[in-house]
Formats: sequence, C-alpha cells, structure tokens
Amino acid sequence: MKLSDVADALASRFEAGVSGRVEFRGETTLWLQPEVLRPVCEFCRDELGFNFLLDISSIDNFEHEPRYEVVYELYSLGSGLHLRLKTTATEDEPEVPTVCDLWPTANWHEREVWDMMGIRFARHPDLRRIIMWDGYPYHPLRKDFPLEGKFSDVPDVAFTEPAPLAGGPFVTTPVEGTTEVREPRARRAGDLPPEQTFIAEP
Amino acid sequence: MSDRDPYAYDSKIEGNIIFTQLDTAINWMRSNSLWPMPMGLACCAIELMAAGAARFDIARFGAEVMRFSPRQADVMIVAGTVTYKMALAVKRIYDQMADPKWVIAMGACASSGGMYRSYAVLQGIDHLIPVDVYVSGCPPRPEALLDGLMRLQKKIMGEHSFLEQKKELLASI
Repeated sequence: MKLSDVADALASRFEAGVSGRVEFRGETTLWLQPEVLRPVCEFCRDELGFNFLLDISSIDNFEHEPRYEVVYELYSLGSGLHLRLKTTATEDEPEVPTVCDLWPTANWHEREVWDMMGIRFARHPDLRRIIMWDGYPYHPLRKDFPLEGKFSDVPDVAFTEPAPLAGGPFVTTPVEGTTEVREPRARRAGDLPPEQTFIAEP
Repeated sequence: MSDRDPYAYDSKIEGNIIFTQLDTAINWMRSNSLWPMPMGLACCAIELMAAGAARFDIARFGAEVMRFSPRQADVMIVAGTVTYKMALAVKRIYDQMADPKWVIAMGACASSGGMYRSYAVLQGIDHLIPVDVYVSGCPPRPEALLDGLMRLQKKIMGEHSFLEQKKELLASI
C-alpha cells in the first residue's frame, strides 16, 4: 500500500470530511473537518494500520480564522507510511475531540498542547497542565503572549516575572565570522547582522 | 633554669603549637572542608560531575563530599538553568541548609538566566537567594568551577565567623 492509496481511501470514505490534501516532497497532509477527526483516526488505526501516533502539535494562525490548527503525525510500523492529519479549532471555542482512547500516547501530547496553546480536548480523561504548573494563568506559545513573559504568582508553587529583553529578542543569525558576530544579540526582524570585525589575538 | 630561657615551651610539644586568631582557625577549617550541595539543573551539572571526578578532582580543595541532603551541606552549587517551576524548590533547599552556608552560581544561566530570556526561566538565582561567587561560562569548564571554589575559600578566610556566629551571645553580655 502506498501513501496515495491511503489518502484516496480516506477521501472516498469520508468525502466532505476530508477538506484538503497537500502533497509536498513525498509527505501527505490531509485537512479534516473537526467532526470527522475521530472516525478518520479510528479508521486509520484499525483499517489502514497506522498503529503509532508520533506526535500531536499545534499552530497558532494569530489574527486569522480559524485560529488554531492541530496536527497529528501518524505512522504505520507495518508498512512504514507516514501520514499527517490536520484539523482546525476556532478562537472562540478552541476545542477538538481527544484521541486518547485510540492511542494512549496522545494523553500527554494533548496535555502539552493544552498547556502551551490552550486548545482543549473534549473527553480527555486528565486534561491538566504538563509543563507549566497548575494555576499558571497563560498559554505561553500563543502568538499574543509576549516572549518575555508576564507576571504571575501562585503562592508556594511558583511565580514568574517578565524577562528584560533589552530592545529585542536575542537571536543568532546564520552568518560566518567570529564569535562576536555569531553570538546571540538583541535583534528585531529585518535587522542586518553586525559587520564582521577583525579581533586581533591578544 | 637560667634567665636566658625563662619561658620556653615544654620541649616535648614545642613546634606543635600555633598561635592564631579564633576567626582564622574557624575559617581555615570551614574553607577546607566545604561540603557541596550539588543543585544540578542542566548541562552545567555534567561539568560539575567532571569537576568531582578523577581528572579534575575537587577533593584537592576539600570539597568532594557531595551531600544530597541540604542539612549536611555548606555550599550550594547551583549548576544550570533555574526555571520558575524549579525556583522555589531551590530556595526551599537553600533554606534547609544549616548556617554557615554559601552559594556558588555556576554558569551563565544560574548567574543571569543566560541565553534564556524567556517566560519560563528565572533571570539569575540571585533574585531568590544570596550568591557568593558567580562562575561565568556556558557551561564553565571544571577548572573555572575550581577557581570559583578557591575564590569562595579566600572569601571565607576573610569572614568574621566568631562575631557572626555568636552575635546573640555577645549582645547579651
């Protein structure tokens, strides 16, 4: 079985539920309506042999609607095929159904997506934060969350304070040169890298 | 006994007695048996382990007795990135250490947050607990840590340990 056969099988079975199909460098991505996510996943696991969920991740298309995408990376240990499923969630109600009961590994992946991006997973058995602590009020990977962070305080558990950014995020740029040129600096988008200067050996 | 050697020591122990100040003696003992609390939080802890192992051998400076109980430790070596999630735990362990106690901030992260200018990382452990010695590097080589340790030893040698420790007693007199 080839990846294109898998995509064809899913498209013919779920028809309008599969709203898009992208092929790029041998990778196939299927866009799904949120309603068919669970039936598609169940079908993939039971009929198409995708017995391994590699990862669940999420994307924030800030200021576009639907704002969030949830990405499922499926892998078949039998046939070695890799399929990517994407579904969407709106800003007003960021919720998609859980797939915990299909692949137990989804439990922690979904908790991470909830923690970092604030997308809820309906009927998840234990949807708590996994990286930040219980009571932390934000979802830090959202695009409207500042890089330096915000004040928060959960007494006796943890607190946070904004980090000093000194004029911009500290980034490296892919340039050649001495450490002085390459080292991370406060830079904004579009800034040119500093000119390479010669440092004499002491 | 003639007038020429009126107050000689007992010759049997002569040479084994040293006159010194109480502070100096206490400081000498403290600084040469610093028991570290290895607060290993990230990659700096690997260098800390190297400093403890045979090649660099922190035992040469009397600090080889790594104590995983803060009750028995003298110096906390904060080796690594202090996240906000871990920060109060570090402070709690520091609070559990008995006086006198010192802190070495090992590496860029423990000293200043290092390359993590982000929402998740405390920008230097000195926001929470007093730091005696900062060691630069990312991570610092074991030699740098040993240098920091030796600087801490020098610092301890200059302390007024007796006055500090007996503050209440001296005030009551």
